[in-house]
Amino acid sequence: MDLLNALVALTNFVIVPATAYGAQLALGALGVTLTVAVLRFTNVAHGDTMAFGTMVTILATWGLQSLGISAGPLPTALIALPVGIAVTAWLLLATDRMVYRFYRRNRASSAILLIVSIGVMFVMNGIVRLVIGVDEQRFDDGARFLVSARDFKEMTGLDEGLAIRSSQAITLVTALTVMVALFWFLNRTRSGKSMRAFADNRDLALLSGIDPDRVVRITWVLVAALATIAGTLYGLDKSFKPFTYFQLLLPIFAAAIVGGLGSPVGAIVGGFIIAFSEVGLTYAWKKVLGYTLPAGLAPDGLVQLLGTEYKNAVSFLILVLVLLIKPTGLFRGTST
Amino acid sequence: MSGPFLEATGLRGGYGAADILHGCNLSVEKGRIAVIVGPNGAGKSTAMKAVFGMLPLREGRVMLGGRDITGLTPQARVAAGMGFVPQVRNIFPTMTVEENLEMGGFLRRDDIRPTIEQVYDLFPILGDKRHQAAGELSGGQRQQVAVGRALMTRPQLLMLDEPTAGVSPIVMDELFDRIIEVARTGISILMVEQNARQALEIADTGYVLVQGANRFTDTGAALLADPHVRASFLGG
Repeated sequence: MDLLNALVALTNFVIVPATAYGAQLALGALGVTLTVAVLRFTNVAHGDTMAFGTMVTILATWGLQSLGISAGPLPTALIALPVGIAVTAWLLLATDRMVYRFYRRNRASSAILLIVSIGVMFVMNGIVRLVIGVDEQRFDDGARFLVSARDFKEMTGLDEGLAIRSSQAITLVTALTVMVALFWFLNRTRSGKSMRAFADNRDLALLSGIDPDRVVRITWVLVAALATIAGTLYGLDKSFKPFTYFQLLLPIFAAAIVGGLGSPVGAIVGGFIIAFSEVGLTYAWKKVLGYTLPAGLAPDGLVQLLGTEYKNAVSFLILVLVLLIKPTGLFRGTST
Repeated sequence: MSGPFLEATGLRGGYGAADILHGCNLSVEKGRIAVIVGPNGAGKSTAMKAVFGMLPLREGRVMLGGRDITGLTPQARVAAGMGFVPQVRNIFPTMTVEENLEMGGFLRRDDIRPTIEQVYDLFPILGDKRHQAAGELSGGQRQQVAVGRALMTRPQLLMLDEPTAGVSPIVMDELFDRIIEVARTGISILMVEQNARQALEIADTGYVLVQGANRFTDTGAALLADPHVRASFLGG
């Protein structure tokens, strides 16, 4: 019984939140890794792209709500998502046309493009703050819980409750759908294969008649979709605040690098590694240990390895370790 | 049609201010093998690039099947019937063998399955490894992928830049055998080779290039027998 309680507590406080958070990071890291693989640079503006996409989705959600349209038990934001993706795709294509294309044509190095993307980041950041402000926004509606702690306790008779918020369930289902669709696109379609060919060997791709401009456009649209979906899911699960999204850049980059920059599978695995490390190290294990250890050995303290305010340090530490020990990441990405 | 299938005449040009090619002439008959040999820095690869449109030409003309293609981009030359296998970075390493071939046929809108099967007939090992990443194959197998990729557009002229660079002598012999087979199907071959003696053995025409210009031009067998060529370029 105690063991069951421990398992439920662990699921409730670590596994469920970390899985949802990991899926959000994985989607973000997929966007970063696609930019690295195809466009050959590290896009520092990715966090703010997520913020922009989420902002448009929130505005569209408010619009739908004022029209009295809702998705029933699901959050209205899910219906607003296509609007967010479309506007963000437009923004990224326009940015490419006005900024990145110039440097690409001049065959600028990836370091220069990285610095350029810092400029783009400031502009996007400014747009978001001007339009929606710096404050926290909550835009989740619909049913709050798939399984509530009280229902679970009544159902099982255990002391510990297990709550699964609907935003967590939606995150997982959406992330899984998006990942399957992305891999299908990359591995099965002509456009997806031409993207991979372009990423693999640009000169040979040109020689084979692959249109580089088309590959670049497809990539930006995919990045816009991934960033907007990742940002919206994160916002539904927690809340939307422009500064938080800028901060998400660190765990997302850590995830992409742990997995191996440029490797889509790596980005997904990396997302979950970072999320589980962050949640696992900042969780107070007192309760779980209290159930599992013999009565005399139960800890007095919280057994929290790191305060939650230090959770960013976890990504940073993993990032440094990976760069020191295995710079190409788990799935052999590029080491730049 | 009379005359050679590929005829490049009076090629002059280079990457910067100084010319690398000084009036170089190359031609290949239909279904025949032409080999360019010569010392390092003679402009062998540069001559090949000039034929393929990757080098700005100041003078000279390139005719393919009676059509003047001097002004075409490399991509347009692929569409016009040229296939090019670069010396390095000539495959998509993380893609499977089959995907490499599919990308080779990217420009084609018709069914490319029969051509893929033809490539597998020519290089049976590629058929066995069709679902393996091309970058995981051995050097010789990678060259076969590279040649197979270039064959996917069903070119009438196949250009190979040092196809046997860095492979073992056994693999080199096998690659040359395959190249002869490709030529037998009616495809003209223009090839730059570092292994001059072996390459001239299979060549219908051999070009010895020195400082960007033709020094000797003859059949492969005649060049191999020529004491001047032997002494200067084939190591005696």
